[in-house]
Amino acid sequence: MPNDATSPYATYLSHLEKGELAYQFSPAANRAVFFPRVLCPYSGSDKLEWRVSKGRGTVYSTTIVHPAEGAPFNIALIDVEEGFRLMSRVEDVAPDAVKIGMPVKFRVHKPGGENDPIPVFTPEAA
Amino acid sequence: MDGLKRGAAAIVGVAESDLGQVADGMSPMDLVAQGTQRALADCGLTLKDVDGLFCAMTQARMSIVQMIEYLGIQPKFIGSSMTGGSSFEFHVAQAAAAIQAGLCNVAVIAYGSTQRSVGRRQSSAREINPYETPFNPFMPTSAYALAASRHMHEFGTTREQLAEVAVAARKWAQINPAAWEKEDLTVADVLKSRMISYPFTVRDCCLVTDGGGAIVMTSAERAKSLKKPPAYVLGYGHGVTHASISCMPDLTVTGAKPAGEAAYKMAKLSAKDCDMVQLYDAFTINTVLFLEDLGFCRKGEGGAFVSGGNIAPGGKLPVNTNGGGLSYCHPGMYGLFILIEGVRQLRGECGERQVKKHDVAMVHGNGGVLSAQASVILGSGATL
Repeated sequence: MPNDATSPYATYLSHLEKGELAYQFSPAANRAVFFPRVLCPYSGSDKLEWRVSKGRGTVYSTTIVHPAEGAPFNIALIDVEEGFRLMSRVEDVAPDAVKIGMPVKFRVHKPGGENDPIPVFTPEAA
Repeated sequence: MDGLKRGAAAIVGVAESDLGQVADGMSPMDLVAQGTQRALADCGLTLKDVDGLFCAMTQARMSIVQMIEYLGIQPKFIGSSMTGGSSFEFHVAQAAAAIQAGLCNVAVIAYGSTQRSVGRRQSSAREINPYETPFNPFMPTSAYALAASRHMHEFGTTREQLAEVAVAARKWAQINPAAWEKEDLTVADVLKSRMISYPFTVRDCCLVTDGGGAIVMTSAERAKSLKKPPAYVLGYGHGVTHASISCMPDLTVTGAKPAGEAAYKMAKLSAKDCDMVQLYDAFTINTVLFLEDLGFCRKGEGGAFVSGGNIAPGGKLPVNTNGGGLSYCHPGMYGLFILIEGVRQLRGECGERQVKKHDVAMVHGNGGVLSAQASVILGSGATL
């Protein structure tokens, strides 16, 4: 059997480069899968379809990291409408204004240099 | 498929190595050897009797190989499962299985860490998760903080209630001669301490110390002839729900639930039969979550349960009678120390902190970021 031509992470990343939040869908389990992988953890099936999220979600949990140096910053777990959860942060508001249940929308953050793009979120109303 | 037999194996020797801040240049394996020698002396056995070895470490990928080299013995059976801080509870089940199957008869489970001496960064290799690491969570603290935030949101748990866990642990530490932190601590002190990852201040977080230790296990039959009263393994269970916090199915329900259920079933006991709980309190939320998931109170009521001195000395349920990872010691991975304390309490050798009724101890280990849970129920001879 030939090697896979691309990795799950590389496919995910290529979507982020285009400003898209991609996830996988498992027809066998009839549910979303995240993080991207080669096997569905709910069914064992290797048939996983790539889909692009509409980018709407809610804050499932939140914390504020207080580093030894520099300003405090937010870390959040986001429940995305298509039925998967990921770690991210909510931007454009103070870290202590990020609340559980808050509706948020996706945008891509491109740190540049050697760093890969990452999915971040902003308050839906903003 | 008979599984592990209730009471077929026992912990017969326990000991800590040097704790807190150890001498310059002391290695993790020096502490393993100290713990092993002291635990064997505790039960009157010697290295010559040992034919099973178990070890897990953050500072050595092949700790069991180093341990064999250091001790100079050739055990018949070895194990080195690494589930983080709960590794040692998993080892107890593996050692019990090996003893039951006749693969070994005297097993040593050991640990050592110089985390305080060498610093947090030097004591475990950094692992990159491309879906989490770019957000710079302060791990593992931020993962537990996310669980605490969600628990507060769903059940109205307060920072004051979390602080009660730290205060109770400190009160136990104050009557444990081996404990690291002994200064008076109030709920207000916890709240006004340096914020690390909201809702946790530094006092909601475990200590960073050096330390190690060992326990010795053998068959129930052989245990009878040794120096001290055996602590029988009555029940065991585990639950692994995720590796990364973003993959934890429900931040308010842990693998302690299936772990506890399996352990109670094997032990033919329930939470109300336990005279004490020794659980892995890496952060104050752990105590709340595990007391709920192990059935000591209902889901969501853990905050109220830990308040008002209920789990402190003189309270209704003795929890973490050594002072816990929060105030006694926490050298990187803490799971071995709760087994040591559970055994000492069952024997009745804990002095001022001795629990009055001491026949059944629930010992609950936690590994990773609430990831790998394992429960061991230990019982005195009266429970067989």
